[in-house]
Amino acid sequence: MSLDFKPARGDFFKDETFRDDFTFKNSPAAIRRFPFPFDRDEYMYSVNMEPHVSTRPGSVFEHTFDVDEHYVAEMIDRAKVLAEDPLRCQSLPHMTLAGWDLLELIMESNAREYPQWFSLTKNGNQWHWINRPLGIDQKFTFLDESTLPYGPMEYITRQTQGDFSLQDERDGSLWMDAGMITTQADWSLDFDVGMNFMEWHAPVPLAHEKMVFDRALKFLLKLQQGSPVRRFNWTMTVNPLLDTAPETYPKWGPTKTSLTQENLGHKQHLRVELQALFRLPRSNAIAFSIRAYLGKFEELVTVPKWGRRLHRVIRDIHPDIAAYKGFWRNQPAMVEWLAKYDDGAPTSPGVWPDA
Amino acid sequence: MSKTNFPPSIKTRPVYAELEPRPGTAHVIIADGEGAEAVAHLLAKVPDRALMLARTHILYTPGPNGTDQWAAVLAFGAAQAYCAPTIPAMLPRMAKVVAEAHMGTQFYLAGTEGLIGQAEREIMMTGLPFAAIQKEHRGSTVRRVQCVHCKGITENVATDPFKCSHCGLNLFVRDHYSRRIAAFQGVNIDAEDPGLVPAAVEKFK
Ligand code: HEM
Repeated sequence: MSLDFKPARGDFFKDETFRDDFTFKNSPAAIRRFPFPFDRDEYMYSVNMEPHVSTRPGSVFEHTFDVDEHYVAEMIDRAKVLAEDPLRCQSLPHMTLAGWDLLELIMESNAREYPQWFSLTKNGNQWHWINRPLGIDQKFTFLDESTLPYGPMEYITRQTQGDFSLQDERDGSLWMDAGMITTQADWSLDFDVGMNFMEWHAPVPLAHEKMVFDRALKFLLKLQQGSPVRRFNWTMTVNPLLDTAPETYPKWGPTKTSLTQENLGHKQHLRVELQALFRLPRSNAIAFSIRAYLGKFEELVTVPKWGRRLHRVIRDIHPDIAAYKGFWRNQPAMVEWLAKYDDGAPTSPGVWPDA
Repeated sequence: MSKTNFPPSIKTRPVYAELEPRPGTAHVIIADGEGAEAVAHLLAKVPDRALMLARTHILYTPGPNGTDQWAAVLAFGAAQAYCAPTIPAMLPRMAKVVAEAHMGTQFYLAGTEGLIGQAEREIMMTGLPFAAIQKEHRGSTVRRVQCVHCKGITENVATDPFKCSHCGLNLFVRDHYSRRIAAFQGVNIDAEDPGLVPAAVEKFK
């Protein structure tokens, strides 16, 4: 497959794969900044949202869009997914303006927060974008689609880690009318595009009954431009496979039966999604970024607090959640493996490693 | 036969209720199979039946279980009535009727989920208000299911699991419904244990 960019990795961005030989792994620095999602020793669905403000320099919360050592490799993986299945990126006709809003948000944020990698210069609507890690130098006219090689949403999300969906707001709900979805935890954009907030969340167990979605939607409808919010979601993935799509489930499903106590620490990944929501200025749409981080069990247990806590959370998880997240069959093996890292000592509150 | 009562299992399942007459400048009735009985019921409730029928266009097709009540539909005496052999054969005419409908038109959809879903999708694409659409389920509960793997749609699925009529994978019917596709989602049941396919159970009749 030919790429339409020329990566310049330097010594920060890694040359690694999320398929075939699966050479992905986290550096010790990346493990320390891993967004461990559990702030206590148990887990249940809740309306877990907080302002998306810059905190903890060096953490995944520092920047609007976190760019880490996996950036270039993830963009190559996305290009491969899209070449195999173009339906992973879709935008209904009325969503083009929201796509421009998103392009502006990402370009401005990244040029401001990572001047060493990205630059944006503007002369009226004549924009000049430089993306050094991917070797892209693009002059274009803002709001003129004919001046970019892809639609605006596709153009910018081919250069941004994490999945994105764009929600139109009408009739008192949010409608997922566009998206770039190639690193999803087993849901299909092609099936869900055009659905509203309650419809696309329909398969989730327990949360409807707890009114999680009613309250979350009410909250989101009030979201203001300039005051983004964020939340975590998580699941389990065997092998560092970013693209766990339902479309290709027959290909990756069988790997769930490949775990042994010997290989589990290396093959089993906690998959954490850092999700952020932004109100967009021109379209009034809401952008939803879903950034997936993969952490091998053997990497996570190098932080003793996380080893203890992960064991307790997975051991005590509600069976409907384990089934929905697709790790029900491997739960006993995970618990057995993790038990070695839980001495029963109390854990401190919050997600951060003890100093 | 009364309207179908579905178990309350699923959040995206379209909501159905009994058709009620509403004042409108025009009435489009789209029905299949036992849906004709819902239409008869509707017409029995109309205060000025002759006035409504003079503004009514009925599109009808026999149901997937073979129920054919076209004779009764014709006897209603609507200004226009049309019978198609199948839903796909009905679609081009339905598209034209819906596209030419104007504000003030009332839509009555009655019959199987496949018929109702495809008619609703057609109406949605025109941008006409949802409020103008009523839906009553009657007759067969077989489902239209899209294979999430090959994207092919299998009509009239009666069992769970079933074999995709396009790619041949064994699929279970996930309780997830797309109005845009007018179909439920089918997912490979033996992906993790190839060949381990539970016996098919007749769930939808
Ligand atoms: C507008 C932004 C959002 C989008 C586009 C979105 C999309 C999705 C999708 C596609 C799924 C997978 C459903 C499936 O199984 O097919 C999901 C799951 C879920 N969503 Fe959202 N969501 C959004 C916002 C939220 C918010 C604000 C909450 C807050 C409570 C939330 C809570 C959940 C939960 C709890 C799950 C189940 C996840 C799991 O257990 O793995 N979502 N969401």
